[in-house]
Amino acid sequence: MTLPFDPVATLLLTPLAAAAVLALLPGFRLKAGLNVLASLVTLAAAASLLFSARPATGKFLLVDDLNIVFIVLGSFVGFTTSAFSATYVQHEIDTGRLAPAHLRFYHAMYQVLMFAMNLALVSNNIGLMWVAIELATLTTVVMVGIYRTHEALEAAWKYFILGSVGIALALFGTILVYVVAQPVIGEGLDSMAWTELMGRVGEFEPALLNVAFVFLLLGYGTKVGLAPVHAWLPDAHAEGPTPISAVLSGLLLNVALYAVLRFKILLAGNGAAFAPGPMMTAMGLTSVVFGAFMLYRRRDIKRMFGYSSIEHMGIITFAFGMGGPLANFAGLLHMTMHSLAKSGIFFAVGHISQVKGTQRIADIGGLTVTHPFLGWSLVVGVVAIAGLPPLGVFTSEFLVVSSTFARTPVLAIALVLGLSVGLGALLLRLNSLAFGEPRGSLQPARASYLPMSAHLAIVLCAGLYLPAPLVTWFQHVASILG
Amino acid sequence: MPSMAFDTAHLLAGGLVLVSFVLLYQDRLYGLLNIYAIHAVALSASVAWQAYLQGAPHLYVTAGLALGFKAVIIPVALRRIIERLGIHREIEPVVGISLTMLAGMGLVALAMVVMLKVTTEAAPLAREDLAFALAVVLLGLLMMTTRRNAVSQVVGFMSLENGLILAATGAQGMPLVVEISFAFSILIAFIVIGIFLFRIRERFDTVDLQALHRFRGEAR
Repeated sequence: MTLPFDPVATLLLTPLAAAAVLALLPGFRLKAGLNVLASLVTLAAAASLLFSARPATGKFLLVDDLNIVFIVLGSFVGFTTSAFSATYVQHEIDTGRLAPAHLRFYHAMYQVLMFAMNLALVSNNIGLMWVAIELATLTTVVMVGIYRTHEALEAAWKYFILGSVGIALALFGTILVYVVAQPVIGEGLDSMAWTELMGRVGEFEPALLNVAFVFLLLGYGTKVGLAPVHAWLPDAHAEGPTPISAVLSGLLLNVALYAVLRFKILLAGNGAAFAPGPMMTAMGLTSVVFGAFMLYRRRDIKRMFGYSSIEHMGIITFAFGMGGPLANFAGLLHMTMHSLAKSGIFFAVGHISQVKGTQRIADIGGLTVTHPFLGWSLVVGVVAIAGLPPLGVFTSEFLVVSSTFARTPVLAIALVLGLSVGLGALLLRLNSLAFGEPRGSLQPARASYLPMSAHLAIVLCAGLYLPAPLVTWFQHVASILG
Repeated sequence: MPSMAFDTAHLLAGGLVLVSFVLLYQDRLYGLLNIYAIHAVALSASVAWQAYLQGAPHLYVTAGLALGFKAVIIPVALRRIIERLGIHREIEPVVGISLTMLAGMGLVALAMVVMLKVTTEAAPLAREDLAFALAVVLLGLLMMTTRRNAVSQVVGFMSLENGLILAATGAQGMPLVVEISFAFSILIAFIVIGIFLFRIRERFDTVDLQALHRFRGEAR
C-alpha cells in the first residue's frame, strides 16, 4: 500500500498524529485549540472525499458510497464537539470539578477515538473493523469514568463489561464469517475483505452465515444500544463528560450501526440465507417502545436523553430492517438528523448543567427566562428530537411511519404508539425545564453557542427544505442498502 | 496419523470445555484463579497444536501469549489484587451451583447441535473446534451472569475470550489472529488494572457489584 497524500490517509493519520502530540503537550488551552484544529483537518479530509475521485480500494481500506455518509457526518460532529468541548472542559477546570491531572490524556483520547471510528468506517477488512471498534470502546470507557465519582466509575464499569461482551460476540460472528468464506475464497486476508465477500457471498453456506449474523447483530447491537442489550447506554451518557455523551450519541452508535448494516447487505446478497430485516425490525421496535416508556420518570437530564438515543437508534434500525428504497432513505435521513439534533441537545444540556450546577431535572427550571439562548436552544432541540414539524427529524420519522403503513400497518401502529409515548414524555419534561418557574443559579452562562446553533440550524433547514443533491445522494445510498 | 491429529485437537478443545465446567462450580476465588490458569494452559496447548497442524508458526505467538500472560501474569496479578483489597474470598452465586451446571450442560448441547448442523461444508477440523469454542463462549457468558462478584465476572469474561481465541485459531489460515489475541490481552489488562485502580484509589470498599448498584445515578 503506497499512499501519497490522499484524503483517506489524512483522515486516519491526522487524528493519530494529533493524539501523539496531545499526549505529550502541556497546558490545557493549547491542547484544546490543537484538538479543534486536528478535528477541522479531519473534517476537511472527509469533505474532500465528496468531491475528489474515490481512492482505489486497497487490501485494508475502502471508500464507497455507503461509508462516505458516515465519515462526513462523523467528522462533522467530531469537529463541532471538539469546539464545544473546549469551552465545557475549561469551565470544569475553573470550577474545580476536574483536576488538570485527570485531563492529561483527555484530548489525546478524543483524537484516538476519532481515529478508531474513521478506521472502523474505512476498513475493508472485517477483522480490522472489529479491532477499530474495540479501540473506540476502550477510549470511551476511559473518558466515561473521568470524573472518578461512584456513579461515573459504575457507569464506566458497566459499559466496559457489557461492551466487552458485545465485542466478544461480534468477534465470534466475525470468525464465523471467515469460516464460511474460507472454502469459497481461500485462506488469508481476501476472505475477510468486504469487497471479496460481497462479490462471492452467493456461494457461501447459508446456514452458517445465518448463525454468524445473529452473533454480529447481538454483538454490534450492544454498541448501537438496542434493547435488550442497551443497559450501559443511559449510565454512560449520564455520568461521562457531556462532550463524550455528544460523541457517543452522534458518532459511536452510528459506527456500530454501520457495522450491522454492512453485514446486513452481505447477508442480503445470499439468496438462501434468511432475511436479516425482520430481526433488525424486531430489535428496533423493542428499543423504540422500551426507550419511549423509560423516558418517563427520569430525574437526570442527561440520562433522559440517553434513553431518547435508545429510542431513536431503535427507529433507525427499524427503518433499515424494513428495507426498500423509501425506508432506507428515511433511515439514513433519520440517522443524520438524530446525530445532529442529539449532539446539539447535549451541547445545550452540557452548558445548562454547568450553569445550574446539577443534572437533576427537578432543580432546573425556567431556562427560557434565566438563560434565553440556552433555553430556546433546548426547546428547539427537544422539539426536533420529539419529532415535531417543521424540523428535520419530523420529515424522517414521517417517512419511516408512512413507508411502514404502506407495507405492514400493524408494525406502524406499534411504532406510532412508541413515538407518541416518547413525544409526551419529552414535552412534559421540556415544559418544566424551559418554562415554568425559574430554579437554580441565575449566573450568566459562558457557553460556545456556535456548535449548537449550527447543528440545530441544519436540522431546521432540513425540515423545511432538503437540497436536491442530498436527496439524490441519499437515494443512491438507500438503493445500495437493499 | 491424520486421525491422531484430529483426536488430539478434539481432546485439547474438549479439555477446555471441561475446565470451563470446573470454573462454574468453584466457590473460592483463589480456586477460581487456579482453575483459570489451567484453562489458559489448555488453550495454549490447543493453539500450539493447531499451529503445528496448520503449519502456521505465527500461531505459536498466540499460544505463548496465552501461556505467559493468561496462565501466569493475570492470575498472579488478580491474586495480589484480592489480597491488597481484602476482597471476600468466597463467591456468592446468584443461582445454585447445581442449576448452573444443568444450564451449562444445556448450553453445551445447544452449541454442539447448532454448530455441527450449520457447518457441514466447513473443514472438519474447524467444525468441531467451532462447536467446542461456542460451548466455551456460552459457558463464559453463563458464568458472568450467575456471579455477583466482579472478579469472578472478569474470570468469566476471560474464559469466554479463551473460547474466541480457540475459534479464531481453529479457522484454517485466518489472518489477524495474533493481532486480535493481542488486542484482547490489552483489553483484559485494562480490566484488571481497572479493578485495581478504581477500587484502591477511590472510595469503593467492595468489589461486589451488588454494592455498586446502590450508587445508581437514579437513586440520588
